[in-house]
Amino acid sequence: MPELTPTIGAFVSIEKGRLQNVMDALKAAGYTLVGPTLDEGAIVYDEIEGVADLPRGWTDRQEPASYRLQRREDDAYFGYVVGPHSWKKFLLPPRRTLMRVVKKEGAFVVVDEEEPAPRYAFIGVRGCEMQAIHIQDRVFLGGPYQDPGYRARRQQAFVLAVNCTEPGGTCFCASMGTGPEVGLGYDLALTELDDIFIVEIGSELGATMMRETDWRPAGAFELQQARDALAEARRNMGRQLDTTDLPNLLYKNLEHARWDQVADRCLSCGNCTMVCPTCFCQDVLDVSDLKGETFERVWVWDSCFSIDYSHVHGGNIRPHTRARYRQWLTHKFASWIDQFGVIGCVGCGRCITWCPVGIDVTEEIDAIRGEV
Amino acid sequence: MKAPKRKIKPEKRTKPKLAVIKFTSCDGCQLSLLDAEDALLDVADAVEIAYFVEARDRRLPGPYDVTLVEGSISMPEHIEQIQEIREQSKFLIAIGACATAGGIQALRNWRNVDDFVRMVYAHPEYIDTLETSTPISEYVQVDFELRGCPINKHQLLDVVTSLLIGKQPRTPTYSVCMECKRRGTPCVMVSKGVPCLGPVTQAGCNAICPSVNRGCFGCYGPMEAPNTESLGQHLLDIGAAPGEVVRLFRNFSGYAEDFRLASDAFEEMMA
Repeated sequence: MPELTPTIGAFVSIEKGRLQNVMDALKAAGYTLVGPTLDEGAIVYDEIEGVADLPRGWTDRQEPASYRLQRREDDAYFGYVVGPHSWKKFLLPPRRTLMRVVKKEGAFVVVDEEEPAPRYAFIGVRGCEMQAIHIQDRVFLGGPYQDPGYRARRQQAFVLAVNCTEPGGTCFCASMGTGPEVGLGYDLALTELDDIFIVEIGSELGATMMRETDWRPAGAFELQQARDALAEARRNMGRQLDTTDLPNLLYKNLEHARWDQVADRCLSCGNCTMVCPTCFCQDVLDVSDLKGETFERVWVWDSCFSIDYSHVHGGNIRPHTRARYRQWLTHKFASWIDQFGVIGCVGCGRCITWCPVGIDVTEEIDAIRGEV
Repeated sequence: MKAPKRKIKPEKRTKPKLAVIKFTSCDGCQLSLLDAEDALLDVADAVEIAYFVEARDRRLPGPYDVTLVEGSISMPEHIEQIQEIREQSKFLIAIGACATAGGIQALRNWRNVDDFVRMVYAHPEYIDTLETSTPISEYVQVDFELRGCPINKHQLLDVVTSLLIGKQPRTPTYSVCMECKRRGTPCVMVSKGVPCLGPVTQAGCNAICPSVNRGCFGCYGPMEAPNTESLGQHLLDIGAAPGEVVRLFRNFSGYAEDFRLASDAFEEMMA
């Protein structure tokens, strides 16, 4: 080992099995590891103990409305793309209790606030997902009203990212400028080659976690291999999207016939929004016991595809699927920019894969552009 | 279906009277109330359980503040009985797929019931039954409906609580997919090609079936504005036979209007 810890910005090379040392260092530092692992029929994000829990030797074949796990011909650790889960499962859990209130001597008293945030180390964050986290940062931390629960989980999170060398059938991160290589914000970023991982050190904390790992500076040949793999990935995206002037395109076509056609297919089931790593619609419910003495204020994932979500005083502003689909798509690709200064889509393809009837946003936008 | 607007006001200094009554059904929904365990004690504390044959022998006469009605209307005498119960009930809640959609026994509605009677019973002449099995709302005004086969005990407790403290119950009308995704279950249809009614079925069960690797069979009935045509067409596209699609829609809540129309439409396609 040339020195105790590598420097920020350095590219180092480790034997693949050494990834366990990095994970051990994270655990020793008090992190809960969450990362990709096999569930029934899919690669999901869940708590893991180490490299043995990774979906080694598996890949996913993705098409609109279809996801299938397949054995790979090699033993790659990260030879798949993204599954039905995203990191918002941890940063913005689907259900959380914001507070508890009890009635004491005729008055209501807040007895408990949100539980302390776990310290997560995210293992295997892809480029699209890193950008999705940045986007949700803008939503929940960007303005004067921040979400303290999100802030706590986000600030403590360690990000071990992975560059994508084999994009999936519904991926279009290259079009959205979010991948296949991971942008800024990670602590460590891996590129998987045949026998080694190249590790880029993204932060002081990331460097510290390399301390127990046997590493050496990456060689020029290895770095070239990594660059070639990423360039190859960029050429092999399953989908493409022309993003030219998207807001104007959509705003000028609010009455396009395509909205009616997609509404005939759309189930308004909400799957696209649930799997989207940037969607953040939410509902807040007050749950009480039978006596009306203890209450919980509960936050849950909601969706702009539910009718209730668009119910405001006096009626429903988006009573039909056509209006709800249009709202979702124009928000994601146009008004999101007005609202948060960034496009809301990262090109991960989840909404295409997990739509039960395979509606493809890239195809819908192409149709509105008049290119189908 | 109307949400309760105000707190049930019982007679002075008495607890609200609760009745649980069944028609044609398996009793499973009533068991959901018994299955509430600790919360059941709170219920017993908060209301007077006046009529609940499944749970106790004592039967107090009406009127009742809240009546939970399980089961479908399938026999001639049911019609008068449900009208009597309606008159005796301030707030009538239909519980379960039978009471809200006619139940699995509503499969008879597509056939001649006499054929079934002859096939099943040694002495068909003893059987006096209606031609159809239909939901409670076919005969009387229902104040609230809780779906499912069986109902979900948390939803039931929420409705009872809502009545007691005077708040709106939370009974979502969106899809099962929302609950499936919240609990993190990978979609069985997308990842395995298992036909699933989740995208057109109302939530409330917490997506139990997909979590054990089965497709949703729609026991909570149609969600708000379900697109049954698109889902059915997709099932055909991924290789389901039209007959399978018909059977999928024509199930525990198959007689609910949207599912009924869907199964009829796909049946016509087979012809």
